[in-house]
Amino acid sequence: MGMPEEQLGEELIKEESAPRASSRGRLVARRFLRTKQGVTGLIVLALLFVLAFAGPALTDWSYTDKDFMSFLQPPSARHWFGTSQTGQDIYAVTLRGMQKSLIIGLLVAIISTAVAAIVGSFAGYFLGWTDRMLMWVVDLLLVLPSFLIIAIMSPLFRGGNWPLFVLMLAAFMWMVTSRIMRSMTISIKEREFIAAARFMGVSAPKIIFRHVIPNLASLLIVDATINVSAAILTETSLSYFGFGVQPPDVSLGTLIADGTRSATTAPWTFFFATGLLIITVLAVNLVGDGLRDAFDPTARRPGKARS
Amino acid sequence: MLKFLLRRLANYVLLVVIATSLAYLLAASTLDPRANYEGRSPRPPEAVVDARLSELNLNDKVPLIQRFGTWAGDVVTGDFGRTWEGNSVNQEITRRVGVTLRLLVLGVLLGSVLGVFAGAYAAVKQYGWFDHGATLVSFLILSIPTVVIAVLLQIAAVAFNEATGTRFFQYTGEYTPGLQGGLLTHLGDRLQHLVLPTLTLALSQIAVYSRYQRNMMLDVMNADFVRTARAKGLTRRAALVRHALRTALIPAVTYFAFTFGALLVGTTFTEKIYGWHGMGELLVNSIYSNDVNSVAAVSCFAAVAVLIAALLSDVLHAALDPRVRVG
Repeated sequence: MGMPEEQLGEELIKEESAPRASSRGRLVARRFLRTKQGVTGLIVLALLFVLAFAGPALTDWSYTDKDFMSFLQPPSARHWFGTSQTGQDIYAVTLRGMQKSLIIGLLVAIISTAVAAIVGSFAGYFLGWTDRMLMWVVDLLLVLPSFLIIAIMSPLFRGGNWPLFVLMLAAFMWMVTSRIMRSMTISIKEREFIAAARFMGVSAPKIIFRHVIPNLASLLIVDATINVSAAILTETSLSYFGFGVQPPDVSLGTLIADGTRSATTAPWTFFFATGLLIITVLAVNLVGDGLRDAFDPTARRPGKARS
Repeated sequence: MLKFLLRRLANYVLLVVIATSLAYLLAASTLDPRANYEGRSPRPPEAVVDARLSELNLNDKVPLIQRFGTWAGDVVTGDFGRTWEGNSVNQEITRRVGVTLRLLVLGVLLGSVLGVFAGAYAAVKQYGWFDHGATLVSFLILSIPTVVIAVLLQIAAVAFNEATGTRFFQYTGEYTPGLQGGLLTHLGDRLQHLVLPTLTLALSQIAVYSRYQRNMMLDVMNADFVRTARAKGLTRRAALVRHALRTALIPAVTYFAFTFGALLVGTTFTEKIYGWHGMGELLVNSIYSNDVNSVAAVSCFAAVAVLIAALLSDVLHAALDPRVRVG
């Protein structure tokens, strides 16, 4: 008796939500492309990606090469960004570092947003002891300074073990979003379409993944974007002190750390990595700002607040 | 109200205990103080190293739980143990805590007050030149990591000093060692050293708070209660400051607890880069030197600092919002 009804209900929901979701996506995309800052950010970001991943092919030098004919030379036709104290080609090394920083930023944002979505929506949907337990974990992680914990664990990142570093960065970046997710889930779960799904007998996890999370996608997408820049900034700071990406891997943070020592005498060792870092983060923030406007056209712009 | 605060306090204390224990366990299992001794030449015999490590409660051959028990027992009596070189961690901390607090308090006060006022002013003059300028500058600052801000300020200071042929900006240490002169000279010297680190910390705070405060202020500026305040005869300025700003401050105060952790991290970078011997520098150095007990002590300090900030934001929240006090 219950089975066909449930399937019917499922199909009805599927049919109803599929075209609406795509049209909403198109609407947001159109609005996003009308925001000046969003388009600028997107173009710059695309160029940076091309530079980071296709750029190394343009030069004969690889990031592992050392030119023993030129140490600490200013930019020239031979070495476009100059060379470091050990004769490394700064152009090749910087692009290599940028690849790593971009990948880390993207991975951390995806993982942390996923965790925030799941924890926040489960806590808000079930409330009770699930909520109390999860929010207690959130409080605990907020009290623990992430920098400290990741720095303590840094010996474990040696030997190319940077995925663990990514996981740790993500582990400390989801708490605030999950709190917002929780409060929005509490308000959305009283709405008719959720109640309807519940009365049809759809299981709670299914409701959460099919109805709650997609309906709060706008918040999550904006937040994921902001998390990319936050992750890149944190990665840089940790790597600067040797607590992040470990040699022989390089990231923008380790490059800036190397460059700082000779920043005043040989500015090219410092300024290319720093400049690219700032442009990257700026572009990501611009995209986030544009997305926010696109999802919520009534909000005042330029509105922005983050830690 | 008092009951509310006491309940929060109990919860926070529990969190600090767990956070510090977790930091100790993590540090004890990943850091390797034995390497400090074995790296020496001539390499000391293993029995000697073992005895020394056991004496300092750092021996990795002792089960972790037992080491944790010894450590926790000492911490309860107020003793954070000894560094791997055998010095008292407590002494180290009492020497450094003032340095960090000075930087932290100045950075917070300067950053939040200037940020809140800049944001409120930008909101009042919405779309004016100040608003646009503040938006642009804070957007830029938020895209630069604190580490890079510190280094850039240092480079600018060097350039300024060279251009003017003076030593106006000081960028290493918190005072000039062996300086001759009276109290006034010393005070001036300390101020010169203070400028750049404080600026490093305050800049990002100003950027964050001004963005946040601007949005909050815009939310309440056209609210009915502000119009009522104007209608009963208050001047625009009084209505904005007494009613709009006060209401708009409440979310910023809540935000304070969240940003404090980030600020603590910023202090670590600033201390390390400007050569201040504070808690942040101790953290970085003790991780470099596998110093488990110092790491745990700094973690405790950080957790307590975050706790105090959270408690302070609860109190300020109550002071600003009568609903919290009464309800």
